[in-house]
Amino acid sequence: MYRYDTYDQTMVETRVAEFRDQTRRRLDGKLSEDQFKPLRLMNGLYLQLHAYMLRVAVPYGTLSSAQMHALADIADKYDRGYGHFTTRQNIQYNWIKLEEAPDILADLAEVEMHAIQTSGNCIRNISSDHYAGAAADEVTDPRPYAELLRQWSSFHPEFSALPRKFKIAVIASEIDRAAMRLHDIGIRLVKNASGELGAAFYVGGGMGRTPMIAPLIREFVPLDQLITYSEACLRVYNRYGRRDNKFKARIKILVHELGAEEYTRQVEEEFAHLLALGIEPRFAELERIRTHFADPAFIPGLPETIDRSDPAFARWIERNCHLHRQPGYIAVTISLKPVGGIPGDASAEQMHLMAELAREYSFDECRVTHAQNIVLPHVQKRRLYALWQQLEPAGLGTANLDQVGDIIACPGLDYCSLANARSIPLAQKISERFDASGKADALGELKLKISGCINACGHHHAGHIGILGVDKKGLENYQLLLGGSEGADTSLGKITGPGFDEDGIVNAVEIAADVYLAQRADGERFLDTYRRIGMEPFKEALYG
Amino acid sequence: MKVLTGNDLRTGAVVWWDGIGWSLHVEHAVDVGEEADLVAAREEAARRVNVPYAIQAERDATGRVRPAHIKDRVRALGPTVRPDLTLRPADPDAGNWVI
Repeated sequence: MYRYDTYDQTMVETRVAEFRDQTRRRLDGKLSEDQFKPLRLMNGLYLQLHAYMLRVAVPYGTLSSAQMHALADIADKYDRGYGHFTTRQNIQYNWIKLEEAPDILADLAEVEMHAIQTSGNCIRNISSDHYAGAAADEVTDPRPYAELLRQWSSFHPEFSALPRKFKIAVIASEIDRAAMRLHDIGIRLVKNASGELGAAFYVGGGMGRTPMIAPLIREFVPLDQLITYSEACLRVYNRYGRRDNKFKARIKILVHELGAEEYTRQVEEEFAHLLALGIEPRFAELERIRTHFADPAFIPGLPETIDRSDPAFARWIERNCHLHRQPGYIAVTISLKPVGGIPGDASAEQMHLMAELAREYSFDECRVTHAQNIVLPHVQKRRLYALWQQLEPAGLGTANLDQVGDIIACPGLDYCSLANARSIPLAQKISERFDASGKADALGELKLKISGCINACGHHHAGHIGILGVDKKGLENYQLLLGGSEGADTSLGKITGPGFDEDGIVNAVEIAADVYLAQRADGERFLDTYRRIGMEPFKEALYG
Repeated sequence: MKVLTGNDLRTGAVVWWDGIGWSLHVEHAVDVGEEADLVAAREEAARRVNVPYAIQAERDATGRVRPAHIKDRVRALGPTVRPDLTLRPADPDAGNWVI
């Protein structure tokens, strides 16, 4: 994985020193909150319901064992013994003291991490496929390109005050495991007819109050023009994106209002101009980055077979393991969704354990997924049972990947100052309900996503079943959505009808699941059945 | 009644104006009535508390101050999903007070 060079390290340490001074001046009363707020937000420090919250960037979700250990240490030393992994592959701490924030950033810098650009109207953490470098279906490892984009976008002077925040995802496979088309820019690395690598650009996607699926604006950008084309996309947005209305400031609104064709025309015009300026980083820089992502020392000829005589282990393999491109290896997902648990939360002890398991079993590397789980990307099949035996006692062995219990949920009103309703209690009740009924396996793949407000951090638009919490005259109320997807078949969920209270929405989810079980054809997922039979049978069951 | 709340500058902890200073406990909150803006402005200037603001609340049957909006009740208690981290960790019904 990528290691900081002197330039990276100096940049991060300089920022720590700068923020330490700014924090001191705030604590001394020399800066007002109005003056300090934009400074702390530039370093990922929010003020939430109960305390300051620090969001730490995990570039394209990749962590070394040492970094995961450091995150656990921060949870223990500065927080309340846990952290929350987010839908943008980052981690958040909920109980931060302002006076300790600079020390945390200094600790992060020691393991080549930071919280820069995890807030504000800038280019945020670049996200990617959590199986990158391991997936059998990718045309190349997308991480070197994500890293190049990270370096280009870090402290980019022209794009540090965009009309609104800006999110980029990079993938390299036909199957989209990063919700790529629901980003401001989604990049899919592809091969053309000549076998050359390039990038397909999808621009103007997003969730929030106006969900949109990004249209394809260019099928193939040569990789030696990746940054130049990205710059052109951003420039047109920075020039014409709306700054008069926060709710219409995202690039999706610009692309929608101009039309994809006109937006593309302007990007191409800007692209031609930028090509002449020669702003693309030297190819040698990409080559330098690429050396950091060389294959680990896979052992050839390892056995493919796995002893599945332990039924619980066999079930876990079936659900939580993913095909690896290297024979004898497999990618493992550690579920952070135990029955009745808080999606995405991990204790310091669990983080330490996952760090050790990454070191012992996965070439010192793990990944944060946008579904709030952790992946060990390169595990020998012959060592899988030994690994699983260590997960189980730590509460990390839940076999529920992509099932109804593998719920994405934002922090909701339990933590977030923007939320209208709580998300986590619903996730807990729903996972308990389906665990008790024993229907999870019968339901198969069923992606359930919960947001506590219209900002959609819980990706409710993209859930096969989505739940949106709203404030109804001071009471929590929940809308049910069906038919969303963030995969290769990206679609946006539709609201079923009137909302429900907390108990009502849990019942409603079960009713919708039962409609699927009653009506599905052979091999159909929930989503497939919904698309075939439409909304009406579900509405009939829900509302009579 | 109208009570004043904010977040402590150093720790970020939720605090309530008790008439003299800031308390962690909502039950110490006093009715600031028409003086809400005055006290908020004075305390903002003192830079001990971030952005103090007034909210509506009532005294419940037990005499405890109960903010009118659920968001402020969550702030007053702590996360309902982590009773161990709330201000009433030994009270199994604390979460019900929020709802």
